Amino acid sequence: MKKYWLLIPIFTLVTAGAALAGKAITIKGSDTMVILNQRWAENYMNNHPGAVVQVTGGGSGVGISALINGTTEICASSRTMKDSEQKKLRERWNTLGVGIPVAKDGVTLFLNASNPVSELSLEQLKNIYTRKVKNWRELGGSDSPIILYGRESSSGTYVFFKDTVLLGADFAPETQTMPGTAAIVNAVSKDPNGIGYGGVAYASGVKHLKIRKTAGAAAYDPTQENVKSGVYPLSRDLFFYLRKTPSGDTKKFIDWILSPAGQEIVTKVGYFPVK
Amino acid sequence: MKRGERITNSILEGGLKLSALLAIFLIFLIFIFIFKEALPIFTNPGVRSEVDLRDLFASSVWQPVSDHPRFSLLPLFLGTLKLSLIAILFATPLALGAAIFTAEFAPRALKETIKPGIEILAGIPSVVMGAFALLTLASVLQGIFGWTMRLNAVNAGIALGLAIVPTIYSVADDALRAVPGSFREAAYALGSRRNQAIFRVIIPVALPGIFAGFMLGLGRAIGETMIVLLASGNAAILSLDPALSTRSFSATIAAELGEVVFGSTHYAVLFFIGALLFVITFIINLIANLVVERFKVRLAGVA
Repeated sequence: MKKYWLLIPIFTLVTAGAALAGKAITIKGSDTMVILNQRWAENYMNNHPGAVVQVTGGGSGVGISALINGTTEICASSRTMKDSEQKKLRERWNTLGVGIPVAKDGVTLFLNASNPVSELSLEQLKNIYTRKVKNWRELGGSDSPIILYGRESSSGTYVFFKDTVLLGADFAPETQTMPGTAAIVNAVSKDPNGIGYGGVAYASGVKHLKIRKTAGAAAYDPTQENVKSGVYPLSRDLFFYLRKTPSGDTKKFIDWILSPAGQEIVTKVGYFPVK
Repeated sequence: MKRGERITNSILEGGLKLSALLAIFLIFLIFIFIFKEALPIFTNPGVRSEVDLRDLFASSVWQPVSDHPRFSLLPLFLGTLKLSLIAILFATPLALGAAIFTAEFAPRALKETIKPGIEILAGIPSVVMGAFALLTLASVLQGIFGWTMRLNAVNAGIALGLAIVPTIYSVADDALRAVPGSFREAAYALGSRRNQAIFRVIIPVALPGIFAGFMLGLGRAIGETMIVLLASGNAAILSLDPALSTRSFSATIAAELGEVVFGSTHYAVLFFIGALLFVITFIINLIANLVVERFKVRLAGVA
């Protein structure tokens, strides 16, 4: 799981070469979904000779920009489209776009395996990431400073976390922004005082927090049942966005993704099926 | 000369001239493009209402994606400064020592091993260097110094320093080798010992060339992106403390340009940063080139 972000450019080159040969289905966007998209693409291409699916990451914002600019057919996004983005899509293509939930994810909080803290509420998380709380002692941990890790502003997970946990407030300037969830997991696995966030599928080598919605409520793990039922407070859908209702090869691909065979891959990668 | 040969020659010459001009022309176009995209900061009233030059240089917070976006370049400027200083402080003694050793002291066989060895360092992709700093170097440094922030300016600065060692080394090595043998002979004739000849005659003569290598290394350190993006933690903290996480100009552009809304204030500010980087590295390279020219003239004049 460690070095996936290094594979992205290589994979892009390979598929770009293949894309020149035939008409390719292009997927661009969320870094959270890159591994998932690649597994889907590989499996689909193995089972459907002649089909070419080309995957790139960059972040949900990058994917949505590409959808608006017409440089990708499918945009993978770990957040819903903003009003301003839908407005641009309508101005340019006279459509509101089509959003299809393709998997479910629980945004997971990562801690170093040695950290004794095991559950936090959304409000505590907000206090941590706005630096109202600066020491693990205040949360029942050891007397050591909290080191913050997060994503760049182009990440859908960044926007989701800012909206859902920080309720629109700004991340503290001390938040270290890492290029990709894999880099966050890596940094936290080596930093005893670190905390970071990302998709549940990346949680290897670190431990995850149980999250409670409010101070008195029960705390939940980001497990399949909890995410599917929505009791895990940071549950979210992962989307494919298109400019228009899919047809032809693209429809076949998306139908396959939503079929049991496609959804089985979701589970294998570590996310949760939509149905 | 035969007629056919002459035609071949002129075609060849024309082709070479064309590619040279094309290269300059393309760089000029890039230059125009960057400045055109940055221009709204000065001209567009909508952009100016969100940010003016005073905000860019006088305020203290870089928070471009926010309900109240703030675009202070100060933390980024300090970050870039810290990183390049550390890189230069780390790389210069290493590169210079290696250059003096290979040019003056090393036996031939050793020289033939060290020089390619250092040049291979230049071939390591900066992503790899950055990943090395992120995964390994940061833990080693934290183990030694016990810093609270694992990813910080020193970590990224040292990785950056490793990346610019070959630049400084090869220019300094060339400069030392370019000192004519007559200088050394003159020094010996006047009764110098070997060390005296090297440190009092050869190195002072080669100093402008060594300085040029230093400046080229500095230019690369300021513009280098991937290492900083991976190894510095990228927190825009306004501080001179090298043990804190640091965000640089180049890493900011790399991290944020992908998502930014076309034509927005954030977009213009990122291009303004690009233009700033362009000007800074241009000036540094210009100084380096001027110094090298002067060095060549000086050697040619006396040799």
